[in-house]
Amino acid sequence: MSAAKKTTKSNSDDYLRMYRQMVRIRTFEDNANQLYLSAKMPGLTHMYSGEEAVAVGICEALTDNDRITSTHRGHGHCVAKGAEFKQMFCELLGKEEGYCRGKGGSMHIADQSHGNLGANAIVGGSMGIATGSALRAKLQGHDDVTVCFFGDGATAQGLLYEVMNMAALWNLPVIYACENNGYSEYTKTEEIAAGSITARAEAFGIEAFKVDGQDVLAVNELTQKLVARCRKGEGPFFIELETYRYHGHHVGDINREYYRSKDEEKDWKENRDPIIRFRGWLVEQGIATEDEIEAMNAEIENDAADAVSYAEAAKYPDISEVDMHVFAD
Amino acid sequence: MREITLSQAVNEALAEELRRDPTTFIIGEDVAEAGTPFKVLSGLVEEFGTDRVIDTPISEPGFMGIAVGAAMTGARPIVDLMFGDFIFLIMDQLCNQAAKTHYMSGGKLNVPLVLRTNMGATRRSAAQHSQSLQALVAHIPGLKVAMPSSAYEAKGLLKTAIRDNNPVVIFEDKLMYQDKAPVPEEEYLIPFGEANIKREGKDITLIATSSMVQVAEKAADILSKEGIEAEVIDPRTIVPLDEATLIESVKKTSRAIVIDEGHQSYGVTSEIASRLNEKAFYHLDAPVVRMGAMDVPIPFSPALEDITVPTPEGVVETARKLCSGELIHAA
Repeated sequence: MSAAKKTTKSNSDDYLRMYRQMVRIRTFEDNANQLYLSAKMPGLTHMYSGEEAVAVGICEALTDNDRITSTHRGHGHCVAKGAEFKQMFCELLGKEEGYCRGKGGSMHIADQSHGNLGANAIVGGSMGIATGSALRAKLQGHDDVTVCFFGDGATAQGLLYEVMNMAALWNLPVIYACENNGYSEYTKTEEIAAGSITARAEAFGIEAFKVDGQDVLAVNELTQKLVARCRKGEGPFFIELETYRYHGHHVGDINREYYRSKDEEKDWKENRDPIIRFRGWLVEQGIATEDEIEAMNAEIENDAADAVSYAEAAKYPDISEVDMHVFAD
Repeated sequence: MREITLSQAVNEALAEELRRDPTTFIIGEDVAEAGTPFKVLSGLVEEFGTDRVIDTPISEPGFMGIAVGAAMTGARPIVDLMFGDFIFLIMDQLCNQAAKTHYMSGGKLNVPLVLRTNMGATRRSAAQHSQSLQALVAHIPGLKVAMPSSAYEAKGLLKTAIRDNNPVVIFEDKLMYQDKAPVPEEEYLIPFGEANIKREGKDITLIATSSMVQVAEKAADILSKEGIEAEVIDPRTIVPLDEATLIESVKKTSRAIVIDEGHQSYGVTSEIASRLNEKAFYHLDAPVVRMGAMDVPIPFSPALEDITVPTPEGVVETARKLCSGELIHAA
């Protein structure tokens, strides 16, 4: 790992929590994928597997009072920001106890209690929302920071440039986090993005950083610094996180060799997996033993299995809810 | 009672609400020192400063999105969209984000914002600065739509909109900014979903929105001289729509014309006429007639532009036919 951190006791707790959160995301996604493959989940979903260090590295630098906006590939952000498995699986299955009472589903999952303003099914659709959250913080004199997650594909949307311009003009406490997983849906990023991604932000005078998105400590260390600077009024910032999506664009995108080779996927999974790398580092540093890690993994798997069973048995919303929540009181 | 212009009424409503609620702010292009091209906001930045009256770059989707995010997290933004025609630029932020957030979150997130914009042709501004696009917005569940017909309505509806916990779009007719009307000095609000019966009559109901209320009233004056007593009703908000008042009136008069400056096809007039047909059919003596703008892009030439919108004379002619039992096959 890049960060040669001093492993004090309190840091050890932080590291173990980061590991746990990454495994929770991977486990959540494995279960969500199974629900899809066994035709138990309505619709389809977009897997975050492979990108765990991005969501966890960033969200571990935030408090519940800090806000995030998420994307169609948003389960990872939701878990990392503090959401519970039960309400998440209930939402994916359209059940009443879901975070959005089953009205949003995978692509609109939101968890206001932890500051997650919601996934968004329009690519780039939440860039204005994140920037507006930051404007509200500044106008009201609050020190919370908003992180706007989006993918490399969303850098092709014009909204990004409108809001980065305003965020820079007004010094807003927002961090634009570009998860560059190499693919814009079914197309290589190099075919949709001319020039440099970070230079796009730099053109507005926004400090931009490029970081290994498979290295949770590097992501976390950078984000901590930027969050602290945002709180002091030094925002906005831009981070490009180099990462990789293990699945296709969505769970149904199975035969994908026409745009991505199996060798490339194998290489990222075997040599750059964020969980395997961090696990090795934890053991090497003496922060956890293999046995302790296995026990943690097993506990998370059980939690997920319980949550899936719970969600499968849970009630659908009553049909009287269909025209509820169109308008707020 | 004192009389003030519609522009002054809007300005007063904004000033009062900005004073009352520190979470409100105005955001848009040239809203501060310039006070907008129509000068509706003149003087506000001097009182409230540039943190409450925020000038933006020419980035409509950007500042609309920013307003949505601010509204979701505890502010009450009042967005100024310089021309109603620019709604096409902000459709995703307005219709996919603002309108749906409360529903998609199962009621957990609110988007209390106001989008003030304008409408209205015959200002010689051609096809991209003259449209009346209220039907587009009214079609989307989750958005409320107000259409003030005078300075009095403009003030009362705007204050209600700012206090509403939902996204509200207000269309002001830009040709009416200098029109004066009696407006009380003391504070008042106009509730949404309450139509205003502007003039009572027994022979035909003229349902009209925004500046078309003036058209309907002029038509009613002419018709009255001919012995036809028209009832003029202003719905004031088209979402929510005070269907009950409209239906009651039509049950009484048995005839109706619906007048709105949006394009006639698939428009506000179509929707209201359709509801009257569904809910008051057996009380009708004639088809409910729609009168909207012609289905053409608004032309520049005055000779062409003036014939694209409903006029008092046109309303009178149609009303006469309906009342005399003449067979009518309206377009």
